Amino acid sequence: MVNRIVVGAGYGLRDWVMQRVTAVIMALYTVALVLFLLTAPSSYEAWQSFFKSTWVQVLTQTTIVALLLHVWVGIRDVWMDYVKPVGVRLALHSFTIVWLASCFIYSVKVVWGL
Amino acid sequence: MQKQRPKHLDLTVIRLPLPGIVSILHRVSGVALFLSLPLLIYLLAGSLSSAEAFDSYRAVVAHPLMKLVLIGLMWAYLHHFCAGIRFLFLDVHKGLELETARATAKVVLGVSLALTVVLGVFLW
Repeated sequence: MVNRIVVGAGYGLRDWVMQRVTAVIMALYTVALVLFLLTAPSSYEAWQSFFKSTWVQVLTQTTIVALLLHVWVGIRDVWMDYVKPVGVRLALHSFTIVWLASCFIYSVKVVWGL
Repeated sequence: MQKQRPKHLDLTVIRLPLPGIVSILHRVSGVALFLSLPLLIYLLAGSLSSAEAFDSYRAVVAHPLMKLVLIGLMWAYLHHFCAGIRFLFLDVHKGLELETARATAKVVLGVSLALTVVLGVFLW
């Protein structure tokens, strides 16, 4: 029996839901991409023109944002499970944020062909 | 409850059941994919690069060592994908019975390994 006093914190429910929602987004994107790969002609030109269309770029970027949110929750859980010293954990959390922010900027450059 | 329960937390002694193996591999593959994110974005960048840059990109991904890394990442993605779908079903209380849970764990492990082998042979 846990007697906890609810004081308005989220107790991680929002993160839990976000991890599931982003997972579904990524799964749908994966299925769509596999369908494209199976049906489209497998050529450099077809792949290039596919990724030049705006809707593909938008959906890809959206999925990458979902991916980064998903990774943040997952990796943060890993650090919280295995790393107990506060200082080390803070450093790892910071590293994770910098790593994911860098990946986001790199992904923007690549997806939009900048 | 003040009951003395047998504890087997000695990692060299306990035998992780199959669903447990699927679970820890879900975590391992997730961390591997997290660390490989820049590489994965680089792979997309290379596939979208101009014709000249594309040729040097092909040389990079054709290297046997790189191919091994990519097959490893392929497994990580497939396992994370399949195990993730299994966990989504468990979240909505589907497949919680012990027999079903064991069977789906087996399917996840088998399907992701089999697809990795098939795609690995195809892409080598």
